Amino acid sequence: MSGILDIVYAEYNYWIYVTLMMIGFYAMIAKKNLIKKVIGANIFQTAIFLFYVSLADVTGGTAPILVGGHGAEHAADVIYTNPVPHCLILTAIVVSVSTTAVALALIIRIYQEYGSIEEDVILAARRELKPEFSEHARQKGVAEVGRQ
Amino acid sequence: MTGFDLIAPHLPVLTVVIPLIAGFLTPIIGWIDRRLPWYWVMLAMFVVLLIAGNNLVTVINSGTIHYKLGGWDPPFGIEYVIDLLNGFVCLIIAFIAFMVSIYSKESVKKEVPGKTTPFYSVFLLLITGLMGMTITGDIFNFYVFLEISSLTAYALIAMGDRGDGVVASFNYLIMGTVAASFILLGIGYLYAVTGTLNMADMQNLLPGVYDSKVVLAALAFFMAGFSIKVGLFPLHAWLPDAYTHAPSTASALIAGLMTKVGVYAMIRFMFCVFTPAFVIDVNMTEILTWAAALAIIMGSVFAIAQSDIKRMLAYSSISQIGYILLGFGLVNVVGITGGLLHIMNHAFMKCALFLVAGAIFYKTDIRNIYQFKGLGKKMPVTTTVFLIAALSMIGVPGTVGFTSKWYLALGSIEANQWIFVAVILVSSLLNIVYFWRIFDNIWFGHPHEIENIKRDEAPLTMLIPMVILGILCVYFGFFSGDLIEHIFEPLAKTLLGLGGVP
Repeated sequence: MSGILDIVYAEYNYWIYVTLMMIGFYAMIAKKNLIKKVIGANIFQTAIFLFYVSLADVTGGTAPILVGGHGAEHAADVIYTNPVPHCLILTAIVVSVSTTAVALALIIRIYQEYGSIEEDVILAARRELKPEFSEHARQKGVAEVGRQ
Repeated sequence: MTGFDLIAPHLPVLTVVIPLIAGFLTPIIGWIDRRLPWYWVMLAMFVVLLIAGNNLVTVINSGTIHYKLGGWDPPFGIEYVIDLLNGFVCLIIAFIAFMVSIYSKESVKKEVPGKTTPFYSVFLLLITGLMGMTITGDIFNFYVFLEISSLTAYALIAMGDRGDGVVASFNYLIMGTVAASFILLGIGYLYAVTGTLNMADMQNLLPGVYDSKVVLAALAFFMAGFSIKVGLFPLHAWLPDAYTHAPSTASALIAGLMTKVGVYAMIRFMFCVFTPAFVIDVNMTEILTWAAALAIIMGSVFAIAQSDIKRMLAYSSISQIGYILLGFGLVNVVGITGGLLHIMNHAFMKCALFLVAGAIFYKTDIRNIYQFKGLGKKMPVTTTVFLIAALSMIGVPGTVGFTSKWYLALGSIEANQWIFVAVILVSSLLNIVYFWRIFDNIWFGHPHEIENIKRDEAPLTMLIPMVILGILCVYFGFFSGDLIEHIFEPLAKTLLGLGGVP
């Protein structure tokens, strides 16, 4: 039993990111509310950011700000953490924010059209094939007439 | 002349920068006069087309172009690499985008009234994303461009049919986010084991850690992510709705280009980040071929059941993506040649078909194929283009579709996989079934139903791009020999690491 705990503890950062990622993934798939889906997507993406950031950490390392000065003579003095993943994640956070913005904008439009942000209500409205809701319904209704 | 000399070394990056800047200037142009953005987009796309053509010629004459962004040396800075493969894909993107931009004038005015300026702005940003994905040699830069193209595609789709468009766009957004996150995770894994983000550098460093499970997990994440992006069969759920409910112009652009660039990226990662030997070794290619075969059959079967022409074309797209991936999954020179050829062919054919569907919708407000009676008399040019592109899709000899299917069949035989020859044959028969219903409705109505129909053709700006694409479908059907010999076959050999292009 303690063996498993040791394995978990040794790389607990990875376990945390995988757990968070699965929580986000579950929310994206299973939640009926569109806002909750977007929150799930955010958790999912943030988990990946945490993975990157924890990847960059070096035991005993300090922030990658130059200590002392340029040149080879200072190189061995300080251990820095890796700055590259942090920079990558700054970019990825911007991407994630824009995705969220687009998603929320779409949800506003969906609410205006269907009067709900619950997936089953929207699906039911589409399934009833009310022509005022759906171009697809209009075309399909015409198909039935065309076939007869 | 000196001005050109000044710009000449920066031509590779301009294919990305021009649509980016033009995209952000569009709102100002549209504010001056609402009719101007169309001319502006056409101009920008024409310049990009010229540059992309020039880049490809340079690559053919003097080998791969390496462009260092900001002058930073490759393993540390971002590098743009144009070789034969992405030079060629760039040219296709630029060409299709130029054609669609000519076409867009009337269609956009009708389908997204009052929002033409934002539409064109997003249009240009989509091209930026696609160009960037193709041209970059840095995998994180690739991810950023992937997200640019995805976000703009969501916006374009949401401008489509009221209600349906936004829901389709939201579904695509959720699935696209999962795909992009998987790719980001894959990039993180590869960075963790190699410490580099440059594709060429990574290919050199990866063989040392191939026995690591992390690399295998990265490959799995990439393949899963790209499979969602290209709409490979079991992961295609977003695609039919998105293609159906987007504005016609956006459908043509997204159907013609987005999945093609996704396929390009998949190839790039399979063969130029990982090595072909490794991908074959872990059975990824075999999984890919079987998934592709399933996509070919199921896409065609679903297409038969549709009554909306755009939805039918979307399902047909799923099956055509299967053809392309089948070629690459076979990992022999003939198969990959067929796959590469089919990237080009499918861009022409599917773009032409969606443009025709848009033109018919523009004139008649009809997308339902059972209402197409008499269209052959009403819109002879448009329907002729449809006939040519559809025949090409079926694979009738003398059209481009035949050439690529022929190569794919030969590749299957060479790989000793006769079952895929059968799959290609069965799918072609299914293609005949679903296109025949449309031919039947367009040309073979009862005489009393069609006698009063007057000729009422689509406007010239719509006809020209459709006719050009239709002609290209036939032209490359007869004269693709040179192209195959000088570009596709050497390219296939290079991808497999058998030498060929330097």
